[in-house]
Amino acid sequence: MLELQNISYETEDGKLILDNINAKIEDHFVVITGPNGSGKSTLAKVIAGILKPTQGKILFNGEDITDWTITERANGGISYAFQQPVRFKGLTVKDLMSLAAGKEAGINDLCDLLSEVGLCAKDYIDRDLDGSLSGGELKRIEIAMAFARNSDLTLFDEPEAGIDLWSFQKLIRVFEKMVAINDGNILIISHQERILDIADKVLYLKDGQVAKYDTKDKVLPEIMGASAGACKVLTEKMKED
Amino acid sequence: MGTIEQNILKEVAGLDALPVGAYNIRTNGASSARNTTANIDIITKEDKPGIDIKIKPGTKNESVHIPVVVSQAGLKDMVYNDFFVGEGADVTIVAGCGIHSCGDADSGHDGIHTFFVGRDAKVRYIEKHYGEGDADATGKRLMNPTTIVHLEKGAQMVMETSQISGIDDTLRVTEADLADGAKLEIHDSIMTTGEQNADAVFTADLNGEDCSCNIVSRTVAKGHSKQHYTSTLNGNNRCAGHTECDSIIMDNAYVLATPQLSAATTEASLIHEAAIGKIAGEQLIKLMTLGLTEEEAEEQIISGFLK
Repeated sequence: MLELQNISYETEDGKLILDNINAKIEDHFVVITGPNGSGKSTLAKVIAGILKPTQGKILFNGEDITDWTITERANGGISYAFQQPVRFKGLTVKDLMSLAAGKEAGINDLCDLLSEVGLCAKDYIDRDLDGSLSGGELKRIEIAMAFARNSDLTLFDEPEAGIDLWSFQKLIRVFEKMVAINDGNILIISHQERILDIADKVLYLKDGQVAKYDTKDKVLPEIMGASAGACKVLTEKMKED
Repeated sequence: MGTIEQNILKEVAGLDALPVGAYNIRTNGASSARNTTANIDIITKEDKPGIDIKIKPGTKNESVHIPVVVSQAGLKDMVYNDFFVGEGADVTIVAGCGIHSCGDADSGHDGIHTFFVGRDAKVRYIEKHYGEGDADATGKRLMNPTTIVHLEKGAQMVMETSQISGIDDTLRVTEADLADGAKLEIHDSIMTTGEQNADAVFTADLNGEDCSCNIVSRTVAKGHSKQHYTSTLNGNNRCAGHTECDSIIMDNAYVLATPQLSAATTEASLIHEAAIGKIAGEQLIKLMTLGLTEEEAEEQIISGFLK
């Protein structure tokens, strides 16, 4: 269980990105949503230890982890699937999956893991995680790595972005499987209605603050309503799309 | 052969015991073990140090190991090895040199390898250079390998060359000429540390119609080391050439990459790429989110990059 106490993050040039965030992540599926630039990805990075909050405390399973490094948090049970998967020259899918799984992954392990994200292990096992793979393939491998780690807490930053033909339904099944296996918490940053649909709770972030944090039935109507005052032309255009 | 020599053989040629097939092991300037086969002959040169390796036409699935071990301080070994690969042969050649320095004097090995690869023959050439030394040894380990490759019509050669650690100063020269339909593929890896210096010069003359050459070099420069990489492709006929040099630079190292292309015909298609940069922060972070420390992450990235 993750608890954020008075978390703020200010950039070096004095811009306040996160403004006194308080939240307890206790449910299996919590979706963080909000407008672009509301601080969602920054919050994920603060939780993973990539950014240090300028104020506040992070408690994980009752322990204060605010000063823990990325590595300590990873080994302590936090995983983070990046929005933009990182490319590596010379490191193969097998290398990365083995690091994620914490052991040398054999073809059977890889087959189990990669088939969850709709990839056939034998086509990918020896391929470099570099520019030769498409954005969608990299993204699925990124998700498979999180699946392989299956930590107490997994952060997914826009997992649906760029997964091309692979369906949402299958992505959601991956999340559900993770919870079924490990009984952990999954924190997903997303704008997608279908992902918001599976949320036990939705955290609506706006201007770096928690505007709303409740069950989806309570939060979603409010978010949808929030666009009422938006530009009419734009709203109509978006409906057409 | 002592443990030092055995260890070096393992490092440069992956050998725990004498290899299967033809071999010539050179230790401290003299041949210490040799084996020939019905198809592969090894003959000591009479006019200069070195050997001629003669591979009969049509020889398939055979290998030749010719490792060199230098473990005597102050020894400067110079050797000329010529490989004659017969028409249609398909062989693997494993060369490599390891230096163990134990004194104050510089130790070195300069080898000139010349390949005459016959029509439609295929060669896979693996060469590894390695240096180690006693903690108190101050003598430098020097290595200057030259590789000259002549590929006849339809001949193919894949070269995997590496120098990952322990060589203080090196000038690596590779020159190739390709006839019609010949194909050359070079994968070169270098890592320098401390005060080491490495120069690598590749030149390929693409003379034949429809010949092709691909040179991929990956280097890592650490400490105060210096690297200079030059790669030149000369397209003299309808041909395809690609050269790529990719370097990771760390600490206070210096890397100079100079890819060059020349075309003497509109039918030549040549590409060069060169990139120098530090390890991307996001790569380190990604591996750290998988539980590796920063040092472990760095090690993973470098070993993958040089693989």
